[in-house]
Amino acid sequence: MNMHTPLMSASPLVLSVEGLAKHFEMHHLNRTLFAFENVGFELREGEFILLKGENGAGKSTLLRTLYRSYLPRAGHAFYHTREGIIDLALAADVDIALLRRREIGFVTQFLQARPRVAAEELVAEPLRLAGTSYAQAIEEARRWLAAFGVKPELWAAYPSTFSGGEQQKVNLARALILPQRLLFLDEPTASLDRNARHALVSRLAELKAAGVAMIGVFHHPDDVADLIDREISLEVKTIADGENNVAE
Amino acid sequence: MTPASSMNAALERQPPRLMLADPILTMTGIEKSFGDVRALRGVDVTVYPGEVLGIVGESGSGKSTLLRMMNLEDMPDRGEYHLALPGQEDLNLFTLDRFSRRMLRARHIGIVYQNPHLGLRMNNTSSGNVAERLLMAGERSFAVLRARAKESLDASEFPISRMDARPSELSGGMQQRVQLAKAIALEPALLLLDEPTTGLDVSVQALVLDTLKRLQRERRITMVIVSHDLGVIRTMADRVMVMRNGDVVEQGLADQIFQDPQHEYTQQLVHAKL
Repeated sequence: MNMHTPLMSASPLVLSVEGLAKHFEMHHLNRTLFAFENVGFELREGEFILLKGENGAGKSTLLRTLYRSYLPRAGHAFYHTREGIIDLALAADVDIALLRRREIGFVTQFLQARPRVAAEELVAEPLRLAGTSYAQAIEEARRWLAAFGVKPELWAAYPSTFSGGEQQKVNLARALILPQRLLFLDEPTASLDRNARHALVSRLAELKAAGVAMIGVFHHPDDVADLIDREISLEVKTIADGENNVAE
Repeated sequence: MTPASSMNAALERQPPRLMLADPILTMTGIEKSFGDVRALRGVDVTVYPGEVLGIVGESGSGKSTLLRMMNLEDMPDRGEYHLALPGQEDLNLFTLDRFSRRMLRARHIGIVYQNPHLGLRMNNTSSGNVAERLLMAGERSFAVLRARAKESLDASEFPISRMDARPSELSGGMQQRVQLAKAIALEPALLLLDEPTTGLDVSVQALVLDTLKRLQRERRITMVIVSHDLGVIRTMADRVMVMRNGDVVEQGLADQIFQDPQHEYTQQLVHAKL
């Protein structure tokens, strides 16, 4: 475990998680699936935390719960915005939507391709929503598509027709184009080729140096070994009814 | 935990808000009965500027009735409706007389109906249908009317070469584009979409949704879209409200509703689709 304690404790707090828990009520099965309980940690500006644990320990579930794609069952996730502190576990949906547009990103290997939107427009969109001019946003988008190794002839094409690997590159370029304050990384390097992986890691290093706080799950943590400040381990939960119902 | 108590946990999640702009639309306690049938049972709706609210539910859930009330076409038995229009924030729009409601609708609210016959005059030209909306807002210059109708049709990706064709001569997808052009001609505060792609071929449906998505992206138009098609809602909405038998059973961010639905009914709905 790499600890950069003196530096990190001096950096401002971005996220403070306390007693966070998640389980899923499956009404049609009349059953509860436990994911994790009592998770707590702090994340500071420019810090990079690696989430560890076996399959089923709830690593991805924790990231999605913090991003609020999943609703937490208990606990708090205090996010320190420039305007004040907001509890991501309880915040109104509209606030979460706003934070996602401005400050909090989720990077995954999966692209939700929209029909008939060109790759470069998809990548440029976060910049455009943040107020960048069309020409500038497209130029920046092309730069990132090139960095991730998407061929220029594909930039104006629709990603819904791309191979899985190419889609993932477009997705990463889009997710990382706008500098955010907090990034959740859900196996972003999985199935990337070497060049794209290199581009991703150098972008993450750049963002980290700029103060972006990150927490992520990596199938091959060696890819980001130089970035990791701390590690957090999640354990597989066993459940009340004795069956091994866990959520990944 | 019972479904009821897990639902409460989801509902308690709404306030307190930290930093957002005020809502553009607020409806509270909307009740409506048709004879013995309670179509809406005290529904509250809030819509924020620039977002797309999706309302899903099966036939008879009350979603279209609610949308017609947002368009001031239909009045509730009880309830209030506020739109954040300059100087009118405190006005309950349901207290307006028929004429004022009509003017307000023409000026500030756009709607695309599933059935184009409700939104268009089939024997007027397409450009004429759009110009009608501009006329209601007081525009009188023919050249300006035509130019603005053209601009609006173009933004709706309607082929300008056909702007003088009558809707009755057009395909279903093109008719929806004319409705859309009419609806956005005055840059409405609120764009309402009532099953806008139901009944269209899948490929045409994708094109119309794409146009809506682009308009939303480029103009940040606040939209409320009603559909029984979860795929449409998933493509379009930022937030989703799930209705059943005149009640809201659950609401949340679109990805949460689809990935982690809380209510038994929403789980059935989502799992039936996926």
